[in-house]
Amino acid sequence: MAVTDKTAEPASAAAGTSRRPRRRRTFGGRNLAFWYFVGPFLLGLIIFTYIPVGWSAYLSFFDARNTVTPASEDFVGLDNFVTMLTDENFRRSLVTFSIFAAIIVPITFASSLGLALAVNKVRIMRAFFRSVFFLPFACSYVVASLVWKMSIFAGVRYGMANTVLDWFGIESIPWLFGNDPPWFWLVIATLRLWIQCGFYMILFIAALQQIPEHLYEAAYVDGARPGWQTFWHITLPHLRASSVAVLMLVLIAAYQAFDEFWNLLPNSGNVPYARTPLIYLFHTSLGTSQDLGRGSAGALILALLIAIVTLFQGKLLGFGKPEGR
Amino acid sequence: MVASRNNRHSKKAFAEFMMNRRRMLALGGMAAGAGTLAACGGNTGREEGGDGVSLSQWYHEYGEAGTQEAAKGYAADYPDANVTVEWIPGDYDAALASGLLTDDGPDVFESHLNRGMVEAGQIVPLDDLIADVIDDIPEGDLRRNTIDGTVYGINMIDDPQYVVYRPSLFEAAGITAPPTTFEELIDIAIELTNDDVKGIDFGAAGGTDRLGQHMINSLGLSFIGEDMQAGFNDPRMAEGAELVKRLNDSNALLLGAPTDWWDPSSMIQGLTAMSWTGLWTMPALQENLGDDIGIFPCPGFVGGTPTVYNGGWATFVNANGKHVEEAKAFTKWLWVDNTEAILDWCLSYGFHIPSRLSLREQADQLTSGPAAEAVAISEEYGWADNPDWTPAMNTAVNDMLSNIALEGNDPEAELAKAVETVNTELDGIFG
Repeated sequence: MAVTDKTAEPASAAAGTSRRPRRRRTFGGRNLAFWYFVGPFLLGLIIFTYIPVGWSAYLSFFDARNTVTPASEDFVGLDNFVTMLTDENFRRSLVTFSIFAAIIVPITFASSLGLALAVNKVRIMRAFFRSVFFLPFACSYVVASLVWKMSIFAGVRYGMANTVLDWFGIESIPWLFGNDPPWFWLVIATLRLWIQCGFYMILFIAALQQIPEHLYEAAYVDGARPGWQTFWHITLPHLRASSVAVLMLVLIAAYQAFDEFWNLLPNSGNVPYARTPLIYLFHTSLGTSQDLGRGSAGALILALLIAIVTLFQGKLLGFGKPEGR
Repeated sequence: MVASRNNRHSKKAFAEFMMNRRRMLALGGMAAGAGTLAACGGNTGREEGGDGVSLSQWYHEYGEAGTQEAAKGYAADYPDANVTVEWIPGDYDAALASGLLTDDGPDVFESHLNRGMVEAGQIVPLDDLIADVIDDIPEGDLRRNTIDGTVYGINMIDDPQYVVYRPSLFEAAGITAPPTTFEELIDIAIELTNDDVKGIDFGAAGGTDRLGQHMINSLGLSFIGEDMQAGFNDPRMAEGAELVKRLNDSNALLLGAPTDWWDPSSMIQGLTAMSWTGLWTMPALQENLGDDIGIFPCPGFVGGTPTVYNGGWATFVNANGKHVEEAKAFTKWLWVDNTEAILDWCLSYGFHIPSRLSLREQADQLTSGPAAEAVAISEEYGWADNPDWTPAMNTAVNDMLSNIALEGNDPEAELAKAVETVNTELDGIFG
């Protein structure tokens, strides 16, 4: 949830800076306009995010099974946190996530940057190319999962990937079954790349357009060659703030992986070799289990982990500093 | 709860479809913000006006055509209250769990009994409703709806799960009789596998999500022993798990079929010679394969007996509803006294076995052919859920089998781990 909220910011901020002087209003009512735009969003954020977060913090200290209003004698202190942290499956889910992040973060970063550079270079049909790469972002993970599962990576011989393999005389592969070899990572990684690269591409394009053209001209005058040299010394440094933001967003989105694992893997993703943290928490506290105390504790641990990693990453890469310094 | 969660997949085809993270978060958030939301939402599933009180009744989404209309028809026929039927698509368990936490939950709903619901005071005892017909209810159906001697649920339908096969393919391969041991099943599956047809379809997880539970019952062990500790700490479990590994390594399993085991498509399309299935697929199988259908129970493991899992659904009354007595009266009228509706519900859409012994004899569709066989093996080899067995315990057994069969881990170590997990859970509940 938080991801989609935040992702809107860099793009709109970039678009807003150039316009602000013209749209400045001289009469009163700016506050009203501010609340008019921000109010509904803020209200939603409070009702659907902050209150549940606070409530689950409260629940995490109780033995709360099948209830969101546990009695005071069910107070168990930090027991739920201890249980979750010593739970092998929860820890293994964090490992699963780490593998997922190690695959998906660098590839998403490289491909969306590559796409942005390519699309930015194109002189004809720019709108077309931008839309084409951005459109998959509008597709739901569930729909995409069904396409990936039932047509492209169906394990039977008439699945698309298996048909191609068959041309080369290679035997059918049950892509989504088992962990030996873990073909399911290929399915999951390609699906997520297809959906999210276009979005991050747009962020990069917005940032690319902020780089003053005269820097390149000056560089050419000084004898720099177009291509790698200017990319490395001009483009990339100017993309730093966007790069850091994209890295963070991709990482947080990876932590929250749920939809494609749920829809693609056997038994609703409840398999020991590929349970993501959210899938694990879902099976702990929603559905039939309803162990809301432990689920809340796990969710808080996960939130804390995301916060720590994000802050650390931000510190390391200098999040929030202006572009190009 | 156990394999009922497997069973629930049968009717939950759409759930998988509709599930996405936003929906899940909305449901989770709703548990907390329900009070606020209920104030905004007008439709709480009840319609006011008319005679008597208004009740709401929840069903999960049955896949078979005509079921929703039938459920609404029964409710409309009830003279003493206005009953509104809510057909819940998507993740029924999550929706129901959230609903029961609020004031706007259903008065009457179908579900599967677990101790958590009783301890949270969400459901009322129904002993008095079935007092007159208690001898007519199969013992397993009674046991799975009983906690500490009190009956909380009335079984609506029994859905036995077994293996279906194509007798013509057996004959062509010179196989004369269905397998009775799991070793034989593996051998036959390998024998029947060729370039176009696989031996058996155990579902997307290759059977690792159900065979452990069958093994426990096949070996005469129990999920939870008398001492309230894991009842399956037996070295034969490790041996049985090795068999599942052999099956998984054999290339005879149909894996990666577009549909999971609860959908008969892989059988109908001829992708496999045998498939794990449930009674609800019988009409579709007969329509497409005609007489070329045979069934047999899950073969025995390591010298154990064959087994059949009796899934199904039971109906409950919400203890926090506004009209508990009226809800109980409606439940008795529909699921105890109204045998015509019960038979219609079981037989007119998909096939289910009525949870009443006397009605089984009246059901023509269930007295001949493979359907009759299903009734017979369900009664002879059937096992049902234990309401004290939680999803976390079930997952421990599934993980054990998955880790052994798919990843080649040491069977005894994995068994010990599963036993420990289950015991920890049990200590948390009963300790």
